[in-house]
Amino acid sequence: MRGTNLPAIYVLWLREMKRYRRSKSRIVSTLALPFLFLVGFWFGFRSLAMPGVGGVGYLQFLVPGIVGMTMLFAASFGGISVIFDRQFGFLKEILVTPVDRVSIALGRVVGSTTTAAIQGVLLLAISLLLGFRPVSWLGVLPALGFMLLIGATFIGLGLLFASRVNDFQAFNLIFNFVLFPLLFLSGALYPVSNFPVAIRYLTYANPLTYGIDGLRAVLVGASMFPPLLDFLVVGGFALAFVVAGAYAFEGSDVV
Amino acid sequence: MAVNAIETEGLRKSYGDLAALSALTLEVPTGELFGLLGPNGAGKSTLIHVLSTLLRPTSGGATVAGHDVLEARDAVRASIGVVFQEPALDEELTARENLDFHGVMYGMSRERRRERVAAALDLVELTARADDLVKTYSGGMKRRLEIARGLVHRPEVLFLDEPTLGLDAQTRRHIWEYVERLNEETSVTVVLTTHYMEEADALCERVGIVDDGRLVELDTPEGLKDRLGGDLVTVSVEGDLAAFRDRLADRVWVSSVEESDGEFRLTVDDGSARVPDLFYDAVDADFDITSVEMREPSLEDVFLDLTGHAIREEEAESRAARMLRARRGRGG
Repeated sequence: MRGTNLPAIYVLWLREMKRYRRSKSRIVSTLALPFLFLVGFWFGFRSLAMPGVGGVGYLQFLVPGIVGMTMLFAASFGGISVIFDRQFGFLKEILVTPVDRVSIALGRVVGSTTTAAIQGVLLLAISLLLGFRPVSWLGVLPALGFMLLIGATFIGLGLLFASRVNDFQAFNLIFNFVLFPLLFLSGALYPVSNFPVAIRYLTYANPLTYGIDGLRAVLVGASMFPPLLDFLVVGGFALAFVVAGAYAFEGSDVV
Repeated sequence: MAVNAIETEGLRKSYGDLAALSALTLEVPTGELFGLLGPNGAGKSTLIHVLSTLLRPTSGGATVAGHDVLEARDAVRASIGVVFQEPALDEELTARENLDFHGVMYGMSRERRRERVAAALDLVELTARADDLVKTYSGGMKRRLEIARGLVHRPEVLFLDEPTLGLDAQTRRHIWEYVERLNEETSVTVVLTTHYMEEADALCERVGIVDDGRLVELDTPEGLKDRLGGDLVTVSVEGDLAAFRDRLADRVWVSSVEESDGEFRLTVDDGSARVPDLFYDAVDADFDITSVEMREPSLEDVFLDLTGHAIREEEAESRAARMLRARRGRGG
């Protein structure tokens, strides 16, 4: 890998921050879906005795899952929004500069991870208002680490998609056939131990499973796997997807 | 600094069976204001994309500011500024933020950015609106901002792809003035593409005529027009047309005659000096000249003469659409 261009990564990050701050409707609309899932599932299932939630209340079980869901959607959107830059021509302006393409992709990863993490933290704050309490406030720090890793993973995945598809129609396709299956196969909303065995193996191949399990370990103290294992697996996925996404982006058509 | 800002040798770009560029060879000396004239879909934008390293040629080679577009892409990118045909601004940012972003991408220090961004905004008279979001700008303002951005990093070569497309006449003239002024003041080589004849004529030192991916002709606008062999004179005649025909045949300065219904379309060397001669002929012969119309040839006439068709939008559009389909078919 060639040396990365730090000022360029910084200014690409700065651009995302400015755009994020100026787009209130985007902040609200990307929070709306996970918020509806949070209250919808909580109201519906709170009084059921659900096996496998690890002895904590359903809200405690659900919130880390919804935080993971927020990261999944915000980050995938961040990666795939390269399509927007391509449609609106700004991608050409970026690619005609002497900055190497890996740095450009990394700028996107850093910027979108940050905005996704802000969304995740906002959702965590909202859930505090609903009565969610972390087992320890110190757990919020490693939770932030898990959020960043989930973010990086799915931005990488978004970049991979963006380098293959060129039109907005693909957007809906990806939401319906990639993101929702990833969500339902992650144990975000209900314990995966309730799944049939064959389906359970699918959840073990899903990076989001480990990200959310890690979030649960550090936020509510109940998890399927040791947090270190979660960290290593989701960290490995993040690295692999960022590298794959960056190189797919580098090789993709510009015009 | 290289002697030639642009050199291409047998440049080809194909999409399947469709050749967007066919063996295009071209030299543009440093400091020139050079124009590529041709209909939409003739390959002008493809050429700009190849020269700015965004597309790889299928075969052949090119250098920009002395750097090879395949071997030294980063050096090429560092030496050029590009204003694309479609707007390429971030509309959620202000004009100043767009330019500052650009400066960082080109590795400029904070002080240098501040100074150059201010100067560039000044040149295109956008200083007063510099801190407004670009989405509040008019089409002409966006174009000016893009030209300013192309200059912030002081490129050796500036590409302008259809810089006045879709702008009103007054804004177009404004843009011409900016381009002319900056070519004179900074001696940057300017390569612009256009399908507006007046634009190529008014602005460019030399014009390359592109049609169907080929460079058909290359000369100064005057040189191109001289090739038609003079001015275009239309004479309406009544009476003894045969006598008039005989007189025309005697004149060596008439290089071509087309006749229909007593209307003669002549190509005349130095028309303003020769047209009076036609009236002397009429005095002692049995025909009357009822009207005379003379005009200098335009690049439109040159284009028609060289390619056999006018720069018309509809056929060009269909070609562009075919090209797009061919590219989609290739898998994105």
